[in-house]
Amino acid sequence: MVVQSAAEAITYPAVGAELDIEGVSHAFDIDGATLPVLDNVSLAIAPGEFVALLGPSGCGKSTLLRLVAGLERPRAGVLREDETRITGPHPSRVVVFQDPTLFPWRSVWDNVALGLEAQGILKTQRHRVDDAIDLVGLSSFRNAYPHQLSGGMAQRVALARALVNDPKILVLDEPLGKLDSLTRIAMQSEIVALWQRKGFTTLLVTHDVEEALVLANRVIVLSDRPARIKADIAVQRPYPRHRGDPYLAELRKQILGLLGLEATW
Amino acid sequence: MSTYSVSDAAAAPAPRAAVTLSNLSGSYGIGLAASLAWLAFGLSCLYWPDVGDWSRTDSLGIGAIVIAAFVLFGTFGADYLGGPGEALRKRAPWLVALGALFTLWEVATAKFAWLPLPFFPPPQSILEVYTDDLPKLLDSVFASVKLQLGGYIIGATIGFVTGVSIGWSQKAGYWIHPVLRFIGPLPATAWLPIAFFSFPSSWSASTFLIALATGFPVTVLTWSGVASVSSAYYDVARTLGAKPSFLVLKVAIPAALPHVFVGLFMGLGSSFAVLVVAEMIGVKAGLGWYLQWAQGWAAYANMYAALIVMSLLCSGAITLLFRTRDRLLVWQKGVVKW
Repeated sequence: MVVQSAAEAITYPAVGAELDIEGVSHAFDIDGATLPVLDNVSLAIAPGEFVALLGPSGCGKSTLLRLVAGLERPRAGVLREDETRITGPHPSRVVVFQDPTLFPWRSVWDNVALGLEAQGILKTQRHRVDDAIDLVGLSSFRNAYPHQLSGGMAQRVALARALVNDPKILVLDEPLGKLDSLTRIAMQSEIVALWQRKGFTTLLVTHDVEEALVLANRVIVLSDRPARIKADIAVQRPYPRHRGDPYLAELRKQILGLLGLEATW
Repeated sequence: MSTYSVSDAAAAPAPRAAVTLSNLSGSYGIGLAASLAWLAFGLSCLYWPDVGDWSRTDSLGIGAIVIAAFVLFGTFGADYLGGPGEALRKRAPWLVALGALFTLWEVATAKFAWLPLPFFPPPQSILEVYTDDLPKLLDSVFASVKLQLGGYIIGATIGFVTGVSIGWSQKAGYWIHPVLRFIGPLPATAWLPIAFFSFPSSWSASTFLIALATGFPVTVLTWSGVASVSSAYYDVARTLGAKPSFLVLKVAIPAALPHVFVGLFMGLGSSFAVLVVAEMIGVKAGLGWYLQWAQGWAAYANMYAALIVMSLLCSGAITLLFRTRDRLLVWQKGVVKW
């Protein structure tokens, strides 16, 4: 991979959409009690940006992603994709979940074809499915069933299933959380490569500080539940990034401090 | 742990080599025994005189000897016969057992009448039923299959659609669930008296009862299948642009299919029971009716003959269902082989 200059790394191709989160609050009703999860979160994400959401476990990161995906409506506030209000799910905003959630009754090819099939355009667009499978390097597994795949392969299929729709915003909900550390490192660079190639806006939820710093060019640190934005940190480093980079190490220390874990440093 | 794997590795090839060696002598030995057992059966038919008057004793004896000859040639020619030879080799132990059993049966009934006679007919009298009463038996088979198939398909279809609608729609669940709880657990045969006078024909009444017996388990299991589909699947499909019809047809139903097949299997079992009872009581055709008719004439050989046919049909139906399931659910791991 060619090392890009810092200037190149922050200019984005125009494929990605702008995402605008404005004064969003959300809560759940559990056993009659109201549990606030998001408290007046505002965030403007430029087209093609790679934003990581970091926060303590259970702080509402995933809820924010569900709102972005349109799977739920916020109790207050507005979310907009390219000036259009988000009112429901749309294939331009695809989510990759922590579990690959492949459909076990469908082969790899049929799983990847899911989005095009659901939108009724599969018949004319079959080549896109093949392309997406090639993109994640699983061409020889297109007829395999999910139970025949390893965890990393399954997550690659999930990634292909998302990318086949040419999303403007790719929403990643701890997609590498359950993978072993080697597969994880390999897939981190794959995700960066795909993002650089395709130029979609990326929103990544993770609780791995290092992962956030290696992947994103902006890290949002959230507070405990109900989540508020605690810090908005720009990571001005070209890709591919090195885990041992002292600049990243310094940021990591700072972020762990924000999360109340400075003692572990 | 390591000792286990070491001994495992060392032990594994040894029996394999031993099996191939013993296979040569062993499978020929078993094949020979099978041939001899059938020869014994044939000779037992021909050697002693019958204690009763049966017309097929000689044909049965000759038939058994022909089978013995086939088994013999099959055993020694197995290497040149390919698939059928291999099949014969696999079934040889069963052929030994069957030959011995038939011999014993022949001797205990037709030859020395150790078993009380009209109730335990000899093999040749059952063969006689298959040859002399074939048209009537075939008519009965046809009638049973027609009735069963019609009722089962109606019941399974209605059960499936009902199950999906309860599982999917809360409103459907609100109305159907209480009805299902009230009527479902009732054995379908309890409806027999009402069904037979409220339906225009005994055929339509029986179809209704079979459909009812099939429908309940199919409904309940389809419902539980649809209800237990993980919401994550719906989330994925929705973010990919799926409409509600896609969620039902391409997510809920395929995910529920393993449950549906359990329901279809249970429905098949309970509908067989209803079929036989309905035929015994109201319908004037079918194997159940044939059994009843044979009992009226104290024709025990006919009853056994009909029972054998019935068992083959029921088992065949279940085999067909399981084959269909295996084909549709190849994506599942470790399904039970019937």
